[in-house]
Formats: sequence, C-alpha cells, structure tokens
Amino acid sequence: MLAAIGAPDIEALFEEIPAALRVRSLAGVPEGLNEQQVMALMYARARQDGRPLNFIGAGAYEHHIPAAVWAIVARGEFYSAYTPYQAEASQGTLQTIYEYQSMISALTGLQVANASMYDGATAVAEACLMAVRANRKSSAARVLIPRTVHPNYRAVTQAATGGQGLKLEELAYLRASGQTAADALSSYGGQDVTALVIQQPNFFGVLEEVDALTDWAHARGALVIAVVNPISLAVLKPPGSWGQRGADIVVGDGQPLGCPLSSGGPYFGFMATRMDYVRQMPGRIVGRTVDLDGRPGFTLTLQAREQHIRRGKATSNICTNQGLLMIAGTIYCAMMGAAGLERVAQACMARTAQLVGALSRLPGVRSAFGTARFHEAVLLFDRPVAPLLEALAANGIEGGFDLGLHYPELGHALLVCATEARSAADVAAYAQRLSELLKESRVA
Amino acid sequence: MSNVPADLRYARSHEWVREQPDGTVEVGISDHAQHALGDLVFVEVPVVGRALQAGEACAVVESVKAASDVYAPVAGSVIAVNEALAKAPELINQDPYGAGWIMRLKPSGPLAAAELLGAETYAAVAEAG
Amino acid sequence: MSLPMCERLIFDYGRAGRGARGQWPAAEGSVPEIPASLRRSRPPALPEVSELDVVRHYTRLSQLNFSIDTHFYPLGSCTMKYNPRACNAAAMLPEFLGRHPLATARHSQGFLACMYELQEMLMEVTGMKGVALTPMAGAHGEFAGVAMIRAYHRARADLARNEIIVPTAAHGTNPATATMCGCVAREIGVGPDGDVDLAALRTTVGPRTAGIMLTNPSTLGIFERGIAEVARIVHEAGGLLYYDGANLNAILGKVRPGDMGFDVMHMNLHKTFSTPHGGGGPGAGAVGVAPRLLPFMPLPIVARDGEGDAARYRWLSEADRPQSIGRLTGFNGNAGVLLRAYVYMRMLGREGMSRVGEYATLNSNYLLARLQQAGYVAAYPQRRASHEFILTLKALAQQQGVTAMDVAKRLLDYGFHAPTTYFPLLVPECLLIEPTETESKETLDAFVVAMATILSEAGSEPDTVRGAPHRMPVRRLDDVRAARELDLAYRPVSG
Repeated sequence: MLAAIGAPDIEALFEEIPAALRVRSLAGVPEGLNEQQVMALMYARARQDGRPLNFIGAGAYEHHIPAAVWAIVARGEFYSAYTPYQAEASQGTLQTIYEYQSMISALTGLQVANASMYDGATAVAEACLMAVRANRKSSAARVLIPRTVHPNYRAVTQAATGGQGLKLEELAYLRASGQTAADALSSYGGQDVTALVIQQPNFFGVLEEVDALTDWAHARGALVIAVVNPISLAVLKPPGSWGQRGADIVVGDGQPLGCPLSSGGPYFGFMATRMDYVRQMPGRIVGRTVDLDGRPGFTLTLQAREQHIRRGKATSNICTNQGLLMIAGTIYCAMMGAAGLERVAQACMARTAQLVGALSRLPGVRSAFGTARFHEAVLLFDRPVAPLLEALAANGIEGGFDLGLHYPELGHALLVCATEARSAADVAAYAQRLSELLKESRVA
Repeated sequence: MSNVPADLRYARSHEWVREQPDGTVEVGISDHAQHALGDLVFVEVPVVGRALQAGEACAVVESVKAASDVYAPVAGSVIAVNEALAKAPELINQDPYGAGWIMRLKPSGPLAAAELLGAETYAAVAEAG
Repeated sequence: MSLPMCERLIFDYGRAGRGARGQWPAAEGSVPEIPASLRRSRPPALPEVSELDVVRHYTRLSQLNFSIDTHFYPLGSCTMKYNPRACNAAAMLPEFLGRHPLATARHSQGFLACMYELQEMLMEVTGMKGVALTPMAGAHGEFAGVAMIRAYHRARADLARNEIIVPTAAHGTNPATATMCGCVAREIGVGPDGDVDLAALRTTVGPRTAGIMLTNPSTLGIFERGIAEVARIVHEAGGLLYYDGANLNAILGKVRPGDMGFDVMHMNLHKTFSTPHGGGGPGAGAVGVAPRLLPFMPLPIVARDGEGDAARYRWLSEADRPQSIGRLTGFNGNAGVLLRAYVYMRMLGREGMSRVGEYATLNSNYLLARLQQAGYVAAYPQRRASHEFILTLKALAQQQGVTAMDVAKRLLDYGFHAPTTYFPLLVPECLLIEPTETESKETLDAFVVAMATILSEAGSEPDTVRGAPHRMPVRRLDDVRAARELDLAYRPVSG
C-alpha cells in the first residue's frame, strides 16, 4: 500500500504535522484489553450496582419492554446504519420514521411530528424557541413556565435559550392541590406573553386543569406548549383536544416507549405541531413521495430549514435525531397498540395508588396533594427523607426522589412512583421495610 | 444565459423591480435566481402593511436545496402580496417576471435615488455569479 | 442483496381487535378514576397487529437498509468504522440497563467508575484538562463549547465579544451554533492550498472576537499547517480557539488538540469512538476544555473522592460549580452511548489508540492514490490526505453531464454506500471519502474497481449513471413533490 502512495513508511504520511506537536506517549490510557477481559471488568462493575427494587420516577419510568423490541433494534441494519441522506439505501430507516411520525401524531392529536430530538428536556427548550418564531403576534419573547414542570427541564431550557434573548418566567403552584395557580396567571393579564408551557401530568404526578390553562393562554395571544408522558396519552385527553383550540406544540420524553432506564439515557424527545407551523419545527422530517417508476418511497424533506443548508439562519443547529431509540419506540407502540398502552397506564395508576395507600398508612407519612394523579405521588414525612432513602437502599430498595433540593418549601417530601413493572408483593416489601425503619429512627 | 428584460431594474441580490404608472412597484426574483434555486416548493411572503427598509429581508423562497431570503430592493410599505404562490410556488420558476411576482410596494422615496441596476449591468453581475 | 417486496405500512397490516396480548399487563381490579374532563374519549389510532406481524414487518424494513455491518460506507466526515458488538453487550448488562439515573450513590459506583475513567481517558487523548460527557450529539457539544466561550468573556466583564470566526469550508452546524449562542458568525476564506487565509484572519480578529471554530484536519481533508500561527493570532486578539472534533480520527494518538493550542473542543463519540450511528442517533458530543474554561463546564460531571478500593464517585452539581453554563440534558446525557465508548477505549488501549490515526490515514492515502490512478481528480493533489480526501468531478460534469450525485447513486448499484456529496460546499461536484481504519485492503481495492467502472460508464453509457440507482428497492425519489405535497403522517388527525 505504501508503494502505491509513494511513501516510505506510515510516519511519512504525517510529515505535514509539525514535529513539535506530535504525541510522545498516552501514559494516561491503560493498556488494551481483549473482549474477554473487558467483559469481565464490566460484569464486575455491573455487579457493584446490583438490581435494587426501583420506585423512582421523576421523568424516567421503568416499564416492561417486549424482548422482540431490542432484538430487532440491535440488528446491524438498524444499529450500524447512517442517517438516511441517501434515501435509496435507507428505506428501512425512513419508513420506520414515517410510521413513528404517524404514531406520535395519533397519540398527541397534532397533525405533524418530527423524527425525534435528543430528549424531553431539550425538546422543551426547542419548543420555546419555536414558539417565539411562530407567534407573529408577540414580540416579547417571553415564555411562562410553571414550577410544576420538571426542574431539570426548566434548567435545560434556561441553559439552552438564554443566549437567544428568551425570557423565562416561573409560575407558582398551589400548595394544597399541587397544580399551577390560576392567581399566578392573572398577574399577566393584558401583557404580551409568547407562550405558556403546561406539563401533564406535572412533575408531582398531579393532573393539571389543562382546558382552563390552554384557553387562558390563547385568549392572551400566547401559544401553548404541552409537555406530556406518552403512556398517559393512552388514557388522558391528548393535547390536540385541550381547551377550545388545542395545544400548538407538543413535546415530551419518549423514554417510556420501549427505552430502558439505562442509567439516564439515551432516550428520545418527541415533538408534534399544527401543520401551519411545520416550517418552524426543528429536526428532521420524513415525507412520503414516489420514485422515478411511480413506486412509493420515503425521503427526508423540508431540509432547507436545517443547519446543513441554512447555516447561520437555521431553525436550530440540531443535526441528529435519536434514531435507534425512536425505532424502539415505534416497535413498542406497534406491539402494544392502543389497548396494550391503556392496560399499561391503568396498571401503573393502580399500582401507585396501592403504594400511596400502603405508605401513607404508616405513622409520620401522608400524601401531599388530594388531587387526581397519573402514576406518581408526593409523600410528606415527619423527618428528613435522605437518611430513609439511604437505609432503604442498603436493603435493595430505591425508594423515590427527594424533593428537598428543588422544592424545599414542601418540607420533607418524597416523589414516589410504581409502574406495572412493580408487583403487589414489591409494594408490600417497600411498606414493610419502611415501617421498620420509621420505628428505628426518630421524628425530626 | 438567463432572461433579463430590458424594461426592469434590478438589485444586486437578484430581485427585479417594475415601476407601475401609479408610482408603486412590483417586485420578484430574476430568472437567474429561480434557475439557481431549482424547483421551488414554498414561498413565504411578508404581511401586507409592513414597512421595509431597503435591503431588509422580507420574504423567503425555498427549494429542495436552499431556502433563500428575498431583500426589499427599495424602502417602502407592502401593499399587496401574490396569494397564488401559496398553492403554486412553481409560478416563480415558470414565469418569474409575470405570474411569479412576489409583492407590490409603495416606495417611501423617489425611485431614482435607489441603488438599482439596469438590465445590462445586472446581466453581467448574474453571469459573473 | 435480494430485494424484498415493497413493504406496506404497519397500519396496513392487522385487524381490529388484534394485539400482542402476551405483552399486556393483567387487567387491574380497581383503577383510580380520571376526571371526565381530562379523560381520553377515543383510543389513539395505533396499529392493531400481532407480535409476529410486528417482528416480520420491522425485520423486513431493516433489510432495505445499507449499514456498516453489511456494506462499505466511505462517508467523509462521518467515520463509519466497525462498531464492536462487545460494546453493545456490556452497555446492555441488566444492572446498567435497569439502573435509574437518580439512584442513590450505593447503587451507582460501578457505573460512575466507568464514566470517571472515560473522562480521564478522553482528557489524555485530547490533551484537555477537563471533560464533560453530557452533550448528546456533536452539534450539542458545539453549543456547549461556544456557550462556555461566551461565559468566559462575560465572567471577565468583556461583553463586547460576540463574534465567532468560521471558515467558509466549515460544517453548517458551526455558524448555526454561533447564532444559537447569541453570536454573529464571521466567515473567512481558505487559500488555494486549503489552509485558512491568515491575512484574512488578521484583519477579521479584534475586540469583538469571542473565538474561532476550526476543524483540524479541516473539512477539506488536509492538516491546517498554520495552526500554531492561527492560535497565536486569535489568542493575542483576546479570543479563544474551538476545535470541532469531527475529524479526530485522523490524528488520534498522533496529535492532541490541547497541544495545538485549542481551548475547548467537542468529540463525536459516535464517530471516533465507534458508538453506533443508529440510523441517525443517538450520538454523544463530549466536550473537553483547557484550564481557564474548567469552571464553566456543563453539568453534571463525575468526581472521585479517595483512591483505589476506597474511591467513591459522585455527580457534581450547581453547588459545586456555580459558574457552569448549566444543564444541557434531562439526566446525565446518553449514558448507554458513553458506556459503549468506554468499552471501546478499554479494548483499544494505549497502543490501539495510536494505531487508529495511523491506519485511518494510511487507508485514506492509499485509496486516494489508487483513485487518482484510475482517472479521478483530487481537489488538493499537492497535499497529503488526512483520514479523508476530496475528489472533484467538475470536469466530468462539464464534459459528460455526469454529476457527483450520479456517481454516488451508481455506487449503490455496486453495493457500496455513496461517499459524502456536495460537502464541503467550497469544492464543486465533490465527493468526500473516508475509508476508516477498520477496512481491509481488499475492500478498498474492490471500491476502486467499482469507481473505475463507473468512470468508464460515464463515457460509454452516461444515461446509465445519470439514471442510477437501478438495483435498489426504489429508484431516485421525487423530493420536489415530497416538499410541495407534504405527506408526513398516515391519516393525520384533522387540524
């Protein structure tokens, strides 16, 4: 090969690189391992973390994933394929994306979806930027975002949009119900508001009054950005039907659809909107068309908005979607169907109700909000939550998410979740262990 | 070799201007521009009533390969837009100087003062690319 | 590859009432009521199919794809190297797969140890002093990088600096990112030899310069020889240097961006570190920084207290890093992708890392030489190729009317995925070709044969090339119609 190039050795190929810049050694990188050795290492690391019983939700939910989903997703033809820029060589990926877009449209009640985004948090940020572009009647670039929206989603939205002149303003919630306060909205009457974000169910698991909130926003010329849990859409009214006109943009994290918890990612964000706003929507979109012989086929479309063409004027710099995860979500939805998803949603609601019932019967524990919920709940304790969680963990139970950092005003508060992946026996085990721990420790 | 009608004036950014008897102007993009863009799939026109400065981006023409801004060749206010482009963006490809007009403006100053090119000068600009 | 019949939509299969009932949880005795005003009235229009319907449909769809596992994929700037399956097996171990991101420290040490060591290894190979793993794609990492540059200048109360210099040959994400961070992109050209125009750079830098975004080797596939001078000019003007790591594969183990004078960079773990492309994601765009940008790194980052068996790992948060640009992800980034990159780096090890740059560059220069012998024209024939190179088909387009796109489509008929076409925009009718280090000489030779054949077809039967592909599941698609008559969902809900 070197003869064909006309070079004496491989080093000669790097002759254009100044000698002073060349690496001497990479001492900080350990010596290579063969596959057997590296797998042994990874087994050991995995064993360290074990498999505790999980009762944490807070934006990532454990669901049963049919074995067939990842058996198909892990096929080399999906796993190691590239972005479908050459449509003729990518009809598998492209048709799957089209089917995915169709399913998201069906679930959310809005007409057009994109091919997915990085995750739910960044999807919210992108939706806010999109609302500013799309809402011609507003010049304030001001987005109202309730404190009942996931704290990490709010943080990411702030980090991602601050540089573009967006003003994010938080809205208070009602202590009694855990819902966004109507009073918090009334102070904005008569002002220029670009968009209102509504999360349903909200971070506390509580169901918001989405119709009233949607109509309030529209009456003020603001767009509505809905942030939803896709499993909940099997039983809850979809954002396309909220209020008189429906939400304008819907986003959320698709993790509950066929994506394992996997230590925080990869997940995928979904986004859907009205047809009127399709050109303002970031990300990739697949369209159906025909080929030279009139055969139906699929291709990326509306690419002129994207970074590789518009460059500095693009709708966003995003140039990926979460491919594999979106495929998993599509196969999961196809497998479960509407009836299966409804069963999952109901099982989760029932199991969380059992969990709340069992735990709030214990002395010193009570439910924070009496409002209707999906499959998460806030429990209030008479003593700090962190030591209890530590002790539960030592017994192989991850008991929930401590709300002390983000909602200190609630006192000693814990967000708990039980999905269909937990059995009645799991719930009983949690209650039993917590009961013992409460007896052992003192009241604060 | 693109078509450059002699009776129109042109901006360097490939817009053409047709003076109407009533002092208003009609604006579109040149044959050279539509050819470079390829088949148009979408046109975004400004809102009627909007006030524009000379050189301000006021419309977007989108093809499969590019989405380009259209700049106001003169300062003025938008008095009409071509509604037919919503359903048939290809009018700009088929008839860029006629049925493919984009908007009509009421200029805020005398046209002679605007920096517009004559047909021959523009043809040279377009040819140079 | 034999062509399966055209696949219908999943919605076209199945029957009312059909479903994979074995996957449904048991019906619950008592389900809490949802208030009537919030309840869904009609079920969503999802497919009603059996498990076998689903398996068959998506398996057959997968067979319509090209992929690294099935085809040589010389896409310039994408680094389509083999994805070792061990990476997938390790990342999918049940304990990692089932672990909740908010689990307590007790159940996180194994995972966090892998993340910490990944941070350390990436610092070593890039010459950077800090690494944050959470950006979820290259473009996301770019955003973090430019945001950190802005934060740095703001912290010094230097508020005038809002210009980011970008070469005209840069990837489109670069200027798009500058805009997203509230900056203005200032473009500068490259000289005839492909290096950045230093004279233009000197006149462009000034008190408004926040920084410059560069790829090295550049998007033209050649090493930026004046990099030391570029660094000096920009630093003297008070700006910072950002390294776009898309082409890191060319120099892995040979040169480190930190040593070249870069202050901040992103890495594409799905390119250089072999995590799967997945048909468009998930990626991971880890960022690395020089010391002065450490306080601004995005959160969370893994820290270690203690050493050896006593080491305890934890996430750093806002309280630990008050000047951070913030969180860019809901939890901690694409953890599963990061685990795959970790396993890949552990398998390559110290020596393997050096071999990557060497063999990627060897394969690229070999392929360039053979293709030139076959009659193709290099865009920068006087330069050594890095891990990728550009051919220009301008002459072919002018003489035969056969474009780079036509050649790319004809390659599909010969069982090769097309190279990158029409990027960088600077070179007319170009093909950007990157073989990577995981391809054998035999594969490269076969590719040369196909390319030579197409060149000859362009002369003798140009219509065959212009009308390609002929042997794929579909012929060329009408993308004008796709954009004009938008069909983006099956039976979309009415507006």
